[in-house]
Amino acid sequence: MDTVIDELPLYWDGFTTTLALTLLSAAIALVLGTILGSFRVSPVPTLRWFGTAYVEIVRNTPLTLVFIFFVFVAPQLGWTPSGFFAPAVVALSVYTAAFVCEAVRSGINSVGLGQAEASRAIGLTFPQTLRLIVLPQAFRTVIPPLINIFIALTKNSSVAGGFFVAELFGVARQLANAHPADVIPVLVFIGVFYLIITIPAGLLAGYVERKVAFAR
Amino acid sequence: MSSILYDVAGPRTRRRTAIWSIVGALFVLGLLYLAYRQLDSRDQWDPERWQVFTDPPMGQTAEDVWRSLLVTGLGATARAAGIAAVIALTAGVLLAVLRMSASRWVSWPTTTVIEFFRGLPVVLLMFFGVIAIGLPIFWGVVFGLAVYNSAIFAEILRAGIVSLPKGQSEASYAIGLSRWQTLFTVLLPQAVRRMLPSLISQLVVLLKDTSLGFIIGYAELLRRLQTNTQFFGQRYWFQFFVVGAAIYIAVNFTLSRLAVYLEKRGTKKAAGGVARADQAQIPGTTATGMAGGADV
Repeated sequence: MDTVIDELPLYWDGFTTTLALTLLSAAIALVLGTILGSFRVSPVPTLRWFGTAYVEIVRNTPLTLVFIFFVFVAPQLGWTPSGFFAPAVVALSVYTAAFVCEAVRSGINSVGLGQAEASRAIGLTFPQTLRLIVLPQAFRTVIPPLINIFIALTKNSSVAGGFFVAELFGVARQLANAHPADVIPVLVFIGVFYLIITIPAGLLAGYVERKVAFAR
Repeated sequence: MSSILYDVAGPRTRRRTAIWSIVGALFVLGLLYLAYRQLDSRDQWDPERWQVFTDPPMGQTAEDVWRSLLVTGLGATARAAGIAAVIALTAGVLLAVLRMSASRWVSWPTTTVIEFFRGLPVVLLMFFGVIAIGLPIFWGVVFGLAVYNSAIFAEILRAGIVSLPKGQSEASYAIGLSRWQTLFTVLLPQAVRRMLPSLISQLVVLLKDTSLGFIIGYAELLRRLQTNTQFFGQRYWFQFFVVGAAIYIAVNFTLSRLAVYLEKRGTKKAAGGVARADQAQIPGTTATGMAGGADV
């Protein structure tokens, strides 16, 4: 226990790095995933295929392999980043975007067909239909899965610890080496820091989900 | 076909779609061409580099390379995933049953345990197994996978049970079955059938997560890619990456197709049919982060 208290600054560093990694990747994945999601529901076949191919390939690839690509393979292909934080963000974003894309797509598809048909029937234009009818309804459905993706992303960011980023899991390895006698409390506390993010986010997702269920 | 965003296209829209289709194709081809050029500038298409899989240098045979990837590497991945899946499914059933227990003293602690297991990164659990419990690397990997996935399986099964029509349990109580008999002979079998697509997609996730063993030093497929590049030289990283990714995608894709097939086939044996893998989340059960989040 004393070890944990002594090493609290290191824990804090790890925690903030995990948060930075997660939030940055979440923002990029959200943008990238929404673009890919709009590809998947667009009337243009080639864009739809591109979106589908991206999702199928990335979803069936382990995150560790994506990290291997950006950390070990990319330097062979001419991309040599200065540190390990940037490739970690890129790997997490590229991976998470596929799941955001799927959430966005199923959110849009969850809006009843009659809604859009009715709005077109009363003469709303495509942008109006999208802005006034479809997206506000899709948005509600998309939020709970997006929170779940964010939770998964938080846990997934631990993979970066295996690729030289000193986030929470990286700190766990460092501390386990430094204090072999106290590994159990040291690791339990790392777990607590993860739970500080994941459990409230999970409760939030459940709450929003119930709210949405009422609204429909 | 009419869809949520657009009606059946008329001639003018069809023409516009065709034009955008070409623009889209050019965009995709442009991206691919850029990637090709970048790889070419690094001589990655040089046949000599790919010969590492047909006629490798340094006194190795092609069989040695493929054996290290497919037999040793993929074999180790499959072994860890297989054993972990069996343990996780068994423990998952147990946790689901305990969580649905009538006694608060049983259900509440089980819920807490499930929430804790679900909220932790798998790689941390693996690391805990190896460093804190002192398991051998292989069992550390199995431990991490089994602990995490048992919680996920428990939630999937519970969601399955909750989603069954109420008449199922009412009828079985009415014919005099006990609580346990109802659970094990009426509800659980249907929940498993109903949730089969979700269970399979979670098995794909489990298989993918075996790769986390790479981080704690388990000699699975990805670690084999690395040892091969250490042996033949870093310049072969791209080639080994491509082959490793192809193996993973082929295996997972087959499993995913199986899930889709089962989903489509449906089954009349489960009251209410089979739940779609991505819609297995039942609103109002507070199964937070169940299917959607777990698949990531």
